[in-house]
Amino acid sequence: MQTTYRRWLAWGIAGVLTVSSGAAFAQGAVSDKYRWITFLVFAAIITLTMYVTYLAAKRVKSASDFYTAGGGVSGLQNGWAIAGDYLSAASFLGIAGLISQYGYDGFMYSVGWLVAYITVLLVIAEPCRNIGRYTLPDILAYRNNPRAMRVVGAISVITVSTFYLTAQMVGGGVLVKTLIGIDYEISVIAVGVLMLAYVLFGGMVATTWVQIIKAILLVIASLVLVMLVWLPYGFSLPAFLQDVVGDPKVQAKVASLLGDPAKNMSAAELGQRFLEPGLYFKNPIDQISLGLALVFGTAGMPHILMRFFTVPTAQQARKSVVWAMAIIGGFYVLTLFLGFGAAKHVGPAAIAAVDAGGNMAGPLLAQYLGGGPESFLGNFMLAFVSAVAFATIVAVVAGLVLAAASAIAHDLYVGVYHGGDVVPPQMQVRAARIATVVVGAMAITIGIAAKGQNVAHLVALAFAVAASANFPCVLLTLYWRRCNTGGIVLGMIVGTVLAVGLTLVSPNVTYPQAVRAAAQKVLDGEAAKRSAIEAALASTETHVAEQARLDLAGLDKAVKKAQDDLAKVEGKERSIMGLEKPAFELKNPGIISIPLGFLAVLLGSLLFRDKRSEDLWPELYARQNTGILASKATSH
Amino acid sequence: MATAPNIDWNAVIADPRFQKLHLRKQLVLTGLMVFSVFYYFLLPIGAAYFQDLYKVKVWGVVNFGLLFALSEFVVAWGIAIYYSRVANRDFDRMAREIAADYEKKGG
Repeated sequence: MQTTYRRWLAWGIAGVLTVSSGAAFAQGAVSDKYRWITFLVFAAIITLTMYVTYLAAKRVKSASDFYTAGGGVSGLQNGWAIAGDYLSAASFLGIAGLISQYGYDGFMYSVGWLVAYITVLLVIAEPCRNIGRYTLPDILAYRNNPRAMRVVGAISVITVSTFYLTAQMVGGGVLVKTLIGIDYEISVIAVGVLMLAYVLFGGMVATTWVQIIKAILLVIASLVLVMLVWLPYGFSLPAFLQDVVGDPKVQAKVASLLGDPAKNMSAAELGQRFLEPGLYFKNPIDQISLGLALVFGTAGMPHILMRFFTVPTAQQARKSVVWAMAIIGGFYVLTLFLGFGAAKHVGPAAIAAVDAGGNMAGPLLAQYLGGGPESFLGNFMLAFVSAVAFATIVAVVAGLVLAAASAIAHDLYVGVYHGGDVVPPQMQVRAARIATVVVGAMAITIGIAAKGQNVAHLVALAFAVAASANFPCVLLTLYWRRCNTGGIVLGMIVGTVLAVGLTLVSPNVTYPQAVRAAAQKVLDGEAAKRSAIEAALASTETHVAEQARLDLAGLDKAVKKAQDDLAKVEGKERSIMGLEKPAFELKNPGIISIPLGFLAVLLGSLLFRDKRSEDLWPELYARQNTGILASKATSH
Repeated sequence: MATAPNIDWNAVIADPRFQKLHLRKQLVLTGLMVFSVFYYFLLPIGAAYFQDLYKVKVWGVVNFGLLFALSEFVVAWGIAIYYSRVANRDFDRMAREIAADYEKKGG
């Protein structure tokens, strides 16, 4: 058995490296001359994680090893792994990008991602450790009808994981393509194959270590960049921000965001506006709705919940959340400097010229700080940050795939299909590995099929479903005596259907008429803008001319996008739901779907009766609070 | 799932020590949870409806809004540290006593 795995592993490594190095190249952020550095750094990180996987593979013998690393992870290790699991490319690159483009609002956005862990710490982590085994449905099945719980729980886990996974795969494909110019499809396959190698052979042991390694690399990279950005100001916050708001590139960005009202503002006022709210978030209700989904959704994320089964005790679970909060929060504070530093040194327009969402802010800042696009050090630092970004995607995807695979193998196959009969350990591990391959293949397929789709809102949707369905169910089964099977089934259905349904009729999906109007507006305004830019190009002031060149590139991009959009919606009048305009005005459904999810659990519990739920309440409540038998729960 | 017939669970939750633990936990958890959610939502609500306050420069170009956003981090860490101290000091000890007692009885 062992030797077979090792042989597979060797083939896996060889395969991934061949795929990456034999890839067809397009234009990426790294110039051709220095691409070898990128591959060297990538190869080093892949080799390190593969070696860890090789060591881990020897330790994975039982289902408990595969799903929860045998419960043998320490609180400190788990804290780093949670941070590695949680800091996805969306937060690593996305938040720095938002800050570089919109200033204050980007930083404000990051706060919710940390506050979410208060909920995890206070009400979820320890009780789940005390009564759970491998998966989220395990917790629901403790006192409620196991078969029903495993079916609805698994459906919800798979739904949430698929949304999040799709966003990660598509985002990862685009990212790797932008950074080093590998074809999109090959990027997606490389991410998928590498992740499969970790999870398949090393299970939770390898996944945990890959997440720890990635989190450490991420923190090191950010610390180095922040040092370089902040040191010239003697680590003074006002001095640093003074320079940011005084930068003409930043002022020009604010002027273009504000439009006409900017005409009456001085350069200093424009710069200061970058540190004030309102450049990105326009609808406060929508933002509160997103905040609710983050703060309550994280506690219902299956891949995060699963991490608490890897530690031996409730005390270690608590310790791991505190560590995770220190690392995640510290990282977001560093992001403030990365985002503002990128805005000052690289400039919002230059960042947006490489990637419209601003995702390249961090990598481009690294390149600048190392000495620029033509220097060796600059390209080395860009390569390092790119490799960390790549490791980030792989680590997050590994956690998600493991969560989805455990729902299929542990809950559906062992729990429902075998109805709780004793399934030999060998069979359980095999089922888990087969489910991993299925989910991994699915992730790659969806990733390739969704090429070119706008999937950014899928992350918010995953959090909305987790907050509206999983969170009320887990919270109430743990803390409310009357909660029962009927309530959980109803809550899961109502929460999931509402979150997904409201999103389908929200402004997130494409409305051909609105797209056409927006594209037409861009094309109509083109001529006026072009003549203004041409006038600026002739300016004798170098920074004005430089800004105009970037604006021109931006305008060309916008015009091309408008033409593409027009072609895409040609002859279409209605959205996929058959609507001409959104029926629900908010982009985030949380503010409606979370309260109704809770209400559904309450109503369902009061309407139906389940003797098992009532009988097992004293046992569950005593155990979740005291940890009686918790040490024995992992062994059977 | 794992049922342990040897332990009288009704006796555990009726035990005065458990009742005391339960009450104290409920107080601390509910209090901290409500406070943290309230404090968090002050940020986006303030950013939307009290922009003039957020724009007030406090420390060079650093304005109130920026300091308030930074305070969210400090408050979140503060809550985490406070809760762990209480839990490490009191809850764990109380829970361990109850657990040891009933696990022995249940044999």
